[in-house]
Amino acid sequence: MKRLIAAASAIAFSLGLTACGTVPAWQKGNLAKSEMAFDPDPLQTRFAEHTYHSKEGATGGLSVGGGGCGCN
Amino acid sequence: MISRSFVASLVVSAIAAASGIANAQEVGTRAPAFDLVGVPKQVRLADMKGQVVYVDFWASWCAPCKQSFPWMNEMQAKYGARGFNVVGINVDQKREDAEKFLVGTPAKFPVAYDTTGKVAEVYQPKGMPTSFLIGADGKVRAIHVGFKDSNREELEREIQAALTAARK
Repeated sequence: MKRLIAAASAIAFSLGLTACGTVPAWQKGNLAKSEMAFDPDPLQTRFAEHTYHSKEGATGGLSVGGGGCGCN
Repeated sequence: MISRSFVASLVVSAIAAASGIANAQEVGTRAPAFDLVGVPKQVRLADMKGQVVYVDFWASWCAPCKQSFPWMNEMQAKYGARGFNVVGINVDQKREDAEKFLVGTPAKFPVAYDTTGKVAEVYQPKGMPTSFLIGADGKVRAIHVGFKDSNREELEREIQAALTAARK
């Protein structure tokens, strides 16, 4: 019996340790900020990708085609 | 000796506590009372007893909320005389954020400030914005999450139905 209680309290305790919480809809103010987005500036990202792939000489690595000369 | 069922109930309650089960509002339940600081004056649900109330939870950081404001202004102007009240409950933690929003998006209906989230905690809006249409009988008639221009007609029909039911 003691073991069962120990197991039950261990389960109860570990459930309290779960790190994933749900943020209620009315508290998402900070999450809604632009700096919290995965890609805060899509245009800047596209530009950087274009340059990166041109430099790498790769073709069609991401959404931008062409490569090598950096002119496409 | 502690019974097996006691241990089982302990585990069940621990799971319930961990998953954060709270009783959200449902259609048909009595709308919980609220009393909040607001503009132009204190906003109390009790003051609108016997009237149809459209409670809208909104935040300054919510884009669809911005779209809903002109529509809510329109509804307030159209049905206000028939005993219809729009109430905007702002859930921003900083009141200034809400006030900044209201400069660009004026509200022609009372706005209440729930900076601590105590009313949101009770109503449990599932998204931003969420509206609760409360009938003249004080019961929740409809809950609507989000706002799109295509929702306008349906929402207006619900308001009309609530007003018709209130007259009986």
